[in-house]
Amino acid sequence: MVRIGAFLVGLFFAGWLLISFLVGAVAYVSEPPAVTVEHEFHKHPKEVDFSFNGPFGKFDQAQLQRGFQVFKEVCSACHSLKFVAFRDLKGIGYNEAEIKAIAKQWAIKSPDVDPKTGEASTRAPVPADYFPKPFANNVAAAAANNNAIPPDLSLMTKARHDGSDYIYSLLTGYQNQPAELLKHFPDAKTPNGLHYNPYFANLNLAMPPPLTTDGQVTYGDGTKATVDQMAKDVSAFLTWTAEPKLENRRRAGLATIVFLLIATALAYMSYQNIWADKKKAA
Amino acid sequence: MSFPWAEHYTPKHPAMQWIDEKLPLPRLVYNAIGAGYPVPRNLNYFWNFGVLAGLALVIQIVTGVIMAMHYGANTLVAFGTVEQTMRDVNAGWLMRYAHANGASFFFIVVYLHIFRGLFYGSYKAPREMVWLLGLVIFLLMMATAFMGYVLPWGQMSYWGAKVITGLFGAIPVVGEPIQTWLLGGFAPGNASLNRFFSLHFLLPFVIAAVVILHIWALHIPGSSNPTGVEVKGPQDTVPFHPYYTAKDGFGVGVFLILFSILLFFAPNYLGHPDNYIEANPLSTPAHIVPEWYFWPFYAILRAFTVDFFFVPAKLLGVLAMFSAILMLFFLPWLDTSPVRSGNYRPTFKKFFWILIVDVLILGYCGGAPAAEPYVMISQVAGAYYFAHFLIILPLISRFERPLPLPGSITESVLNRHNIKGEQDALPGMGADPQPSNAG
Repeated sequence: MVRIGAFLVGLFFAGWLLISFLVGAVAYVSEPPAVTVEHEFHKHPKEVDFSFNGPFGKFDQAQLQRGFQVFKEVCSACHSLKFVAFRDLKGIGYNEAEIKAIAKQWAIKSPDVDPKTGEASTRAPVPADYFPKPFANNVAAAAANNNAIPPDLSLMTKARHDGSDYIYSLLTGYQNQPAELLKHFPDAKTPNGLHYNPYFANLNLAMPPPLTTDGQVTYGDGTKATVDQMAKDVSAFLTWTAEPKLENRRRAGLATIVFLLIATALAYMSYQNIWADKKKAA
Repeated sequence: MSFPWAEHYTPKHPAMQWIDEKLPLPRLVYNAIGAGYPVPRNLNYFWNFGVLAGLALVIQIVTGVIMAMHYGANTLVAFGTVEQTMRDVNAGWLMRYAHANGASFFFIVVYLHIFRGLFYGSYKAPREMVWLLGLVIFLLMMATAFMGYVLPWGQMSYWGAKVITGLFGAIPVVGEPIQTWLLGGFAPGNASLNRFFSLHFLLPFVIAAVVILHIWALHIPGSSNPTGVEVKGPQDTVPFHPYYTAKDGFGVGVFLILFSILLFFAPNYLGHPDNYIEANPLSTPAHIVPEWYFWPFYAILRAFTVDFFFVPAKLLGVLAMFSAILMLFFLPWLDTSPVRSGNYRPTFKKFFWILIVDVLILGYCGGAPAAEPYVMISQVAGAYYFAHFLIILPLISRFERPLPLPGSITESVLNRHNIKGEQDALPGMGADPQPSNAG
């Protein structure tokens, strides 16, 4: 009985799948799916040679500080960084006094409550504060940005495939729509208020090009602030904000694996040793 | 519960004797995974995976309990508390990554364990109960993993919860009320997150309990072995300890090395980037995909695209997806061949490897976008999956002519070494007589 029932159930599922396949195949051949403009013109991120690439790569602290400067002077006007606190900047090489000063001079104030009246107020951030958000809420953010809400950047490099390369490619990827695209997809003209960028998933991005001219920021360490350099630096900084424990993780990993290799070699030898009489006997 | 020649627990120290009289727990352990459990001497490395699955469960429970200490099961803060664990808790990143990748490794070893059972016919009499309990563990694991994936409250958490609970919505008439009841609302929200957290904490301990039953059921007939020939006497077995504890110790080392490579150097490789975006009910991700270990079943779910008269395609997909696992409960009665091991079943062996390739194809399609040609490929692969278990396997066991079996485990071990001895031109290697102290 079990086998007859199973046979019938199997026949039904397998048969119906094959019929579905035939229906799908006929539709596929008679009406091949239309090629989308995203499929044709979306580009994978450019590969960037970051210092933290590869299993043993490390952050370049000078680069992280430059990237932080780009974030401070350019990105932070619209984007929040809500999972990072000022105190975390210790991780990119600032000392306590510097962090205190950075927090105190931060352009956006931290929300607070007036201790006398209990009314909402603001104050200068302190190192324990998280980076204050540039907009009070999503409605304010959308209203100020052509209805697009600038996403939080804390985790951006982990929230996209090949995130570090992606940020760099996006920042340097703005261009005019290719004539080729408009020829094949006349309906796909970039709408007003959006900006064409082949690295963005649907090709048209609300964010205007943030890095436009060489020297937009002035680096303290004398590095020439080309658009390319700024894009690289801020990508590196955002890689750090998304994964501040990257170096600890790799160091711990190396030690763990060396330990495990030795332990496993010993385990293998004791296994061989214990089985020696059984193997010889056979 | 064991072979008559099993070694007996004889505590020497008075304290151990005292404990043994009051609560013979050390005796139980000794007989279960110690020297008191005789095991076939010819087990290969594929028999390591049960122990590895147990280890993976322990890793999950330890890392999970620690993560729970820092987690807030509320939609307003859940995503943030997970991030805080990663950033501000001592070794929090290690616990979080170990837990997320530990789930993947748990499934890797369990899948290998299941396919070992499929190839060597471990599900056959007298071990049907072991197989059935194993499937119960597998189902509990899937439920636990699904609910665990919802907890970080990222985009994939939210939309995965919506899609999976939506499956129940496909049931006619009562489907939508059931979905609302499961979620505690009309869409995943705070009520869903809270109950998923509660169940995600509970189920691993239920799994641990079923694991005990699984091992108990295994110890009644004893472990199977690569020849599929039952143990005939003491010369066929060795005590679990030290022989297999030593071998498993080596296996555990290899497992931990591979686990560490992923955990420390590519911890997000198996995850989806969208889950680093906080859940947003107003923005649907481009492709909603579950974690990789569900991909083969997800492919089957999506392969049903044509309504069967009054039965909608979605309901068919849901039925097929659940059947894809539930039908394995009938496997011991579908494959009636008395020969267990695939090594002695030439036709079975060929189809077994086709099944492996088929499941890998299904997995690939399940992770791909729901577009052509992936849907067409999963339709063919899905058809084979059902046909394999429900049609081909019963037919093979009826018509196949198996190869001659070795007379006993010891004989097969001797033969293997004989052949090897001749090839290596090392006379005498295989001709040594059996030592009398074997077992």
